[in-house]
Amino acid sequence: MLRRSMLFMPGNNPGMLQTAEVFGSDSVILDLEDAVSLGEKDAARILIKGALKTFNYGTTEVVIRINPFSTPYALEDIDVMARLKPNAILLPKATPEDMKQLDEMLTKIEKEEGFEEGVIRIHALVETTYGVETVYETIQMSNRVDSVCLGGEDLSVDLGVARTKDSEELFYARTKIVNACKALKIDAIDTPFTDTNDEAGLLADTIHAKKLGFTGKLSINPRQINTIHKVYSPTAAEISWANRVMYAKDEAEKEGLGVFSLDGKMIDAPVISRAMNTLNAARVIGLIK
Amino acid sequence: MKILKPAKAGTLESNDISIMLMPGTNGIELELESIVEKQFGTEIRTLIENSLKELGVENAMIKAIDKGALDYTIKARIETAVTRAGEM
Amino acid sequence: MKNILGREVPDNIKGYGEVKHYGGYLASKGAKTRRSIKMTNVLPGDEKLHDNLDTVLDKLPLKDGMVVSFHHHLRNGDFILNMVMKKIAARGYKDITIAASSIFPCHGELVELIEKKVVTSIYAAYISGPVADAISAGKLENPAIMHTHGGRARIMESGDLSIDIAFIAAPTSDDYGNINGVDGKSACGALGYAYTDAETADITVAITDNLVEYPNTTIDIPQTLIDYVVVVDAIGDPNGIVSGTTQITKNPIGLKIANMTTELIKNSGYFKDGMSFQTGAGGVSLAVAADMKAEMIENNIKGSFASGGITGYIVDMYKEGLFKSLFDVQCFDLAAIKSAKENAGHMTMSASMYANADNKGSVVNKLDIVILGATEIDTDFNVNVTTTSDGTIMGGSGGHADTSAGAKLAIIVTQLANSRISAIKDRVTALTTPGETVDVIVTERGIAINPKRTELIERLKETNLPIMTIEELKDIAEGMTGKPKEVEFTDEIVAVIEYRDGTVLDVVRKAK
Repeated sequence: MLRRSMLFMPGNNPGMLQTAEVFGSDSVILDLEDAVSLGEKDAARILIKGALKTFNYGTTEVVIRINPFSTPYALEDIDVMARLKPNAILLPKATPEDMKQLDEMLTKIEKEEGFEEGVIRIHALVETTYGVETVYETIQMSNRVDSVCLGGEDLSVDLGVARTKDSEELFYARTKIVNACKALKIDAIDTPFTDTNDEAGLLADTIHAKKLGFTGKLSINPRQINTIHKVYSPTAAEISWANRVMYAKDEAEKEGLGVFSLDGKMIDAPVISRAMNTLNAARVIGLIK
Repeated sequence: MKILKPAKAGTLESNDISIMLMPGTNGIELELESIVEKQFGTEIRTLIENSLKELGVENAMIKAIDKGALDYTIKARIETAVTRAGEM
Repeated sequence: MKNILGREVPDNIKGYGEVKHYGGYLASKGAKTRRSIKMTNVLPGDEKLHDNLDTVLDKLPLKDGMVVSFHHHLRNGDFILNMVMKKIAARGYKDITIAASSIFPCHGELVELIEKKVVTSIYAAYISGPVADAISAGKLENPAIMHTHGGRARIMESGDLSIDIAFIAAPTSDDYGNINGVDGKSACGALGYAYTDAETADITVAITDNLVEYPNTTIDIPQTLIDYVVVVDAIGDPNGIVSGTTQITKNPIGLKIANMTTELIKNSGYFKDGMSFQTGAGGVSLAVAADMKAEMIENNIKGSFASGGITGYIVDMYKEGLFKSLFDVQCFDLAAIKSAKENAGHMTMSASMYANADNKGSVVNKLDIVILGATEIDTDFNVNVTTTSDGTIMGGSGGHADTSAGAKLAIIVTQLANSRISAIKDRVTALTTPGETVDVIVTERGIAINPKRTELIERLKETNLPIMTIEELKDIAEGMTGKPKEVEFTDEIVAVIEYRDGTVLDVVRKAK
């Protein structure tokens, strides 16, 4: 599925929970962790439970960010939330050990509830130095992992450095995560851009991350969604190129050729695959019919 | 579920309902202030009373200030307040 | 009887008179007459200037049952209405009709005069605050008459309401009554409503806190229309006159609605060179203006005019060369006031020129696109901006019904359901703007197009916009809120809602 944007929604805020899918992000993350104060963790859990039972979020992926296993809330979060069959759980401070534990708990609950095994997916939020170093193992700990997300704010604290707009401090973490995700064929989701008034900065940061190989971005404000989608949507030029590739492929097939060239460049299977992905994405977004 | 101590849940923000739950001896005593009193007052009162009954609460005093909460929010805030106020 | 909009309106209303029923938004075409005004001339040697209000009031033919008028360009910082009415009441007069172009919370002192029957009738295009509450509670002797901005000009020019005395707050005046609104400590910008008052009242009194040497070099209202000039310490509070800068909404839902609206406009067929445009001063409307600015720049579109109440955002669009000119009937912020003073293309216009349906053509007739708000819309696209869902008066048409009638594309922007109130109902609680003049409703969950606009529906089919029927939008809203109980009303009529042409659209009854 398309996962260009994942929008955080505070879990204890009814106004936001009931409008979550209105903002057009590909995923919404209903947050039990940082957006909810310690005294309200119970209230948020019960409220999200109610929202999930009441609302149909359509094609938007519904993700629940639980509290980390290091807190007293995680076990109850998982027990209550998993039984509601959200699309996915976002595991903060993800490590191989925590991933293993989460995977086992979900398997148990799926069995108890009669859900298909593996139907509840996991997104790993890597935000510690240990988490970065062990990201490849973390992904391998469970068949449920559909993406790794980078948590830049917490990571910079763990690195003992300042978090900056040009994000140089995150370079290693970003490239390591992208590499691990691509090796294991899952999505790589970049850290949120926290200055919600700086549209130019958001655009630059999103383009930069896309260049490094990220396939989407976390968002902390609905105003950011349009910009993120612009960056991750095929441009008219890309769509036009993809159409030409497919046309050239059809022509080549008619003449019995397996490999052909376009604009002087050789077009082989990986390139055709990229063209098809572009056209599929464009179709899903509605850029073409 | 017996209400053993006062408990609060919810906020005064738009789309939320603020619940103050206290021990009572005279059935469900509800005081409701709602911005949609005319349109949904009866429905909200019924929902609060039924939610409490479903949770096994037979005696309680409730003060509720509603800022246009939908049913799922009202139910959730009642459940939160009851869980905070009671003891198994 | 039920009028053609399905609203229950009697043929005759106590305290109002014989009702002319609504017959369609273009039904009033035909011969019109203008009222002839009785006035006293001013010859060489006559003095107009007074240094206090009492000496002028001594000279005026005050009487029980008279009609006095005020304009609202000083908005919630106005001192004049209270000042004048206090003195008139102190002189023991009663049964007075006030024609105030709008009434704000600062006019709360009027409630006591209403209760004491000093004031027994009110005409206004917009009423908010304690006076609105008092009228809703039935305290005003006669039903309030709520007209449009253009309707006020029509009523006054035709003589349907003859103004005995107009009290005109004048930010700057010379001793002979040449008035402007752009200079002085109480500057308010355009004087569109005040101009109509000056033109149509039998007697006009300019009240200023900034007397300048004769002649005033910038003239919005000329001396030939003014009987008396009075100097006072302050005509208004600058903080209340303009609320600083009007702001684009920060609410992400409002921004989403604005995005969708801009997308709709781009694909409507009206987004082209020479287009004209108007928005209200609400947060979502301004967000649309901001989006439109970016789109017009990106697509190299040059518009002809922007109109209405003018804000700094519209001034910015003019400065960017996106509009050749601005037609300004009132200024909403300091940026607009400054621009009205400095920019040649920023033209002020009277209420009559803006929106009167009974003159030889008003500006709304030339308008392409207007963005408006709503409290409620029903499945016939009728709009309510006069009352809340509880039935309490909290506004009024202003220019809503006028611009909807004139604009080729009238777009209503509103949140679909907020705080358990759905914006879309089976029937509106009060009807301000008839559905036949409303083209599109844009909410964050979907867009509904008036079924009469078949070409628009065709054009927008090819976009990705979530177009659905208005019934479907209503179902989505009620799916979330539940079906509301009908608010109950008594038979007592507290206000009459008049259309631009003087026919009656609906009445507001007292809630139970």
